[in-house]
Amino acid sequence: MGYDKLIFDISQEGRKGYTLPHSEFSRKSLDDVYLRDDCPGLPEVSELDVVRHFTNVSFKNFGIEKGFYPLGSCTMKYNPKINQDIANMPGFSQIHPYQPLDTVQGILKIYDETQRMLSEISGLHTYSLNPYAGAHGELVGLMIIKAYHESRNDFNRTKIIVPDAAHGTNPASATVCGFQSVEVKSNRDGSVSVEDLKSVLGDDIAGIMLTNPNTLGMFEKDILEIAKLVHEAGGLLYYDGANLNPILGKVRPGDMGFDIMHINLHKTFSTPHGGGGPGSGPVGVTKALAPFLPQPVIRKVNDTYTIDDHVIDSLGQISHFYGNIGVAIKAYAYILSNGKEHLPEIAAFSVLNANYIKESLKDLYLLPVEGVCKHEFVFDGLKDKSTGVTTLDVAKRLLDYDVHPPTIYFPLLYKESLMIEPVETESKQTIDQFIAIMRTIAQEAKDTPELVKNAPYNTVVKRLDEALAARKPIVKYKDLE
Amino acid sequence: MFKYMPHTHADIDAMLKTIGVDSIEALFSDVPKSLTHHDLDIPSSLSELELLSHMEELSSMNTPLKAFIGAGAYDHYTPTVIRHLIERQEFLTAYTPYQPEISQGTLQYIFEFQSMMTQLTGMDVSNASMYDGATATAEAMFMACAVRRKNHVLISETVNPNVVEVVKTYAKYKGITVTMVAEKDGETDYKDMESKLSNDVASLIVQNPNVYGIVENYTGVKTRLNETKTMFVINQDPSTLSHLKTPASWGADIAVGDAQTLGVPLSYGGPYIGYMTTMNAFIRKMPGRICGVTKDSEGKRAFVLTLQAREQHIRREKANSNICSNQSLLALFVTIYLSIMGKKGLYEAQQQSFDAAHYMYEELLKLSHFEKAFDKPFFKEFTLTAKTDIHILQNALKAKGYLGPLALNRFDQKYDQRVTFAVTEKRTKKEIDEVIQILGAL
Amino acid sequence: MKVPKDLYYLETHEWVKVEDGFAYIGITDHAQHSLGEIVFIELPEENDTVTKGTEFAAIESVKAASDINAPVSGVIVMVNEDLEDSPELLNEDPYENWIIKVELEDESELSSLLSADEYIDACE
Repeated sequence: MGYDKLIFDISQEGRKGYTLPHSEFSRKSLDDVYLRDDCPGLPEVSELDVVRHFTNVSFKNFGIEKGFYPLGSCTMKYNPKINQDIANMPGFSQIHPYQPLDTVQGILKIYDETQRMLSEISGLHTYSLNPYAGAHGELVGLMIIKAYHESRNDFNRTKIIVPDAAHGTNPASATVCGFQSVEVKSNRDGSVSVEDLKSVLGDDIAGIMLTNPNTLGMFEKDILEIAKLVHEAGGLLYYDGANLNPILGKVRPGDMGFDIMHINLHKTFSTPHGGGGPGSGPVGVTKALAPFLPQPVIRKVNDTYTIDDHVIDSLGQISHFYGNIGVAIKAYAYILSNGKEHLPEIAAFSVLNANYIKESLKDLYLLPVEGVCKHEFVFDGLKDKSTGVTTLDVAKRLLDYDVHPPTIYFPLLYKESLMIEPVETESKQTIDQFIAIMRTIAQEAKDTPELVKNAPYNTVVKRLDEALAARKPIVKYKDLE
Repeated sequence: MFKYMPHTHADIDAMLKTIGVDSIEALFSDVPKSLTHHDLDIPSSLSELELLSHMEELSSMNTPLKAFIGAGAYDHYTPTVIRHLIERQEFLTAYTPYQPEISQGTLQYIFEFQSMMTQLTGMDVSNASMYDGATATAEAMFMACAVRRKNHVLISETVNPNVVEVVKTYAKYKGITVTMVAEKDGETDYKDMESKLSNDVASLIVQNPNVYGIVENYTGVKTRLNETKTMFVINQDPSTLSHLKTPASWGADIAVGDAQTLGVPLSYGGPYIGYMTTMNAFIRKMPGRICGVTKDSEGKRAFVLTLQAREQHIRREKANSNICSNQSLLALFVTIYLSIMGKKGLYEAQQQSFDAAHYMYEELLKLSHFEKAFDKPFFKEFTLTAKTDIHILQNALKAKGYLGPLALNRFDQKYDQRVTFAVTEKRTKKEIDEVIQILGAL
Repeated sequence: MKVPKDLYYLETHEWVKVEDGFAYIGITDHAQHSLGEIVFIELPEENDTVTKGTEFAAIESVKAASDINAPVSGVIVMVNEDLEDSPELLNEDPYENWIIKVELEDESELSSLLSADEYIDACE
């Protein structure tokens, strides 16, 4: 049947997909000056039209339940079904954000307990669940850094240190927060060059943004020295929580000396990615920085949960209400499911899986940094460069084997970066299959390089002309007509 | 062993052997001993049965009230098919569509979302969604400042106070000056705007319908703003665009807002979905993701994230925005909502909300507790001045399972006794009459 | 990598050619090659002033975006508007397709620019 149409293409004038009660009120209208004189071009389709259309649209996607998803830095773990059922409970989903406090004590309790458990897990004193996403958390964290320095009448600290291997959002967040970013170089293993760091530290440095394990999946061994140096220079340490999964219950950012961090609930705590969102990026801080957290602030006073939106030192409001509560509830349920017994196993097995793949493939794929990795690691493409087969080709060939490709061309430290994060929810049997596929592709690259270079073959579309899309943007149905 | 982690002892032993270490602990030998943490102080693992009963208990500690308020969160009806569709794992568990060959599903619905948002707003292009309406408005401010290379914006006092707060927070840290334009009789005061407008002003931000629910009249605004090369930013509830004149017709350069009103459940304030639309001239300055059409190597139509090189993806420290995700699943939610409701259904639901709100307005004014605050056109939300202690009114309704009215002085004392009500198609005449009766008996 | 002998270069991969007191400014072959398929160029306007060493335009490819810096200072007398619709011309022939023509303010600025050989060294 080729269900390849857009919803607008199947629209038929006069068809309906909705029902509404009969109107009980007399019809009124506004003056013409306020009214549009056309009708928005929305589709007219039946309920089955809609269901069939979006079901077929879904078939063109790859989700975690379909297959292995070793996308580096994204922590694509299983998203438990029960969390979705819980978030859908009417006591959570049907509540207006301005309901009186005595009618929302259950939700506020979840908010408060989630904050406390994140504190315990990360070693930072107080959390705000208001930030909507990782990048939003970064921005909020940087605002806290600024608010802190300004509260001490120190207006000289205008720079944020960002390692050259950092996620691209780090320098962007710094800019949006009105900071200048200063790069420090990485050592060969992706760790921060302490010498280079020393050369940029000074009284104009507001703070540093780091992940640990770093972007290559290596634990930053010098972290205590780095923290000491930054603190001595009067700066603060920001922890980008993107790589929190492999240290759950093993080591805490707060204990490493970090002052502020965000957590991606959609990575570490299994709330789904939803094709790009909604996520949630709670921000945690040390006790000294707690007064600067964004408002509204939810807290427990005696035995009652309250909302405070007039916090004197707060950096201000960064969300219309209290963040993505519907997402936080799923993370809360996930933490309670795992409990103190199993959270540390998440770290253990994600690290075990990553090292197992690394050791099983390093004879065929170029491993720039030897040694124990944490939850992920980076190959610099195939070991045999003579075939001309690139990392992009390997990624596209994986599609034919029903595997979601790893993250490619990030970090920028290597030309052919292939970043693999297998997560703890995958079994040895799945991972062995992946290893076998990766070995087959390496062999194909040797025997029939053209086969790999022209992949994929089994997908609904083949390689795309991205330049065409960017030169003459077609960004809506009307542009197609 | 735990249900989410499949390794058996035999698996673990075999894997350790391949790696060449004795124990999993050896894989953490690079972590300084002084940092190793022992025993998290969090509860023990709960079974499904225990977890469900715990969550049901927490859920029952909340009482859903029938909402007669809005103020940024509106209780519109969610057709049942939406849940079923968005919970398909292909949508729910996918990552951002970086590999377009296996993400055509996400990319296609984003394209359909963009198409629908441009139809509603009349604007040329839409991004693939923002966190919420307030942050979308702040991003519009950044964008206007980047386009016009100016560092000063005006925002009307009639914009929702929480949106203003978020805009002010973002502005403060970026070093942008925000000046408030006064309100007059519930609308933006254009005399005051006139006195504050200059060549240094990057944009004027207004909201429609505004914080009072009043539908504002922007006749002549755009022409005036053109004289100072000031961009016109309208924050608009997109559901009202079944009826109301589009931001594009008023001459908006950027239209933003919260699309929660398109059927997204209240969920205690989030997740919601912001939107941002603009004109072609500014497409490359728009933050966030945009999906476009291209061809594959066999000439077949395909969708792809486009204009990716802009902004933070590559330019890093020259970025005008740090947005790197979107509210994709909510964009799907809205796309399915608008497909189900369609041209006529959206109009009908909004007309019913409009009619119900006007009925309630008339009935409330018959009570001694309220008097008119303004004499201005409104849509589904309206403002009255309460003559009775607002808490008494709220508590009486709460006792019967109703939520309302909203005291605007929760945001700022300047609002004094002004209260707002909002009515959607979910509220029946019977419910409205009961509210009137409860209040009338006070 | 093509590097014509008769041009001056910046380390940031711009070239300048001087003819009759006017400077023609573009990007080098190395620049277009490392950017990949160029999809858009944000051009300045005629009569804008450019300053040596600062950006005057932004260029966008499928995989990157970068600023283009002015090798010399002066007022822009002409902008190559063909690039607006066909930015790919910069991939096809980066030396034929200059981006802006500037009325040269101070000829001595040329002396601090790189020669072709120096530019080749700088690229390595």
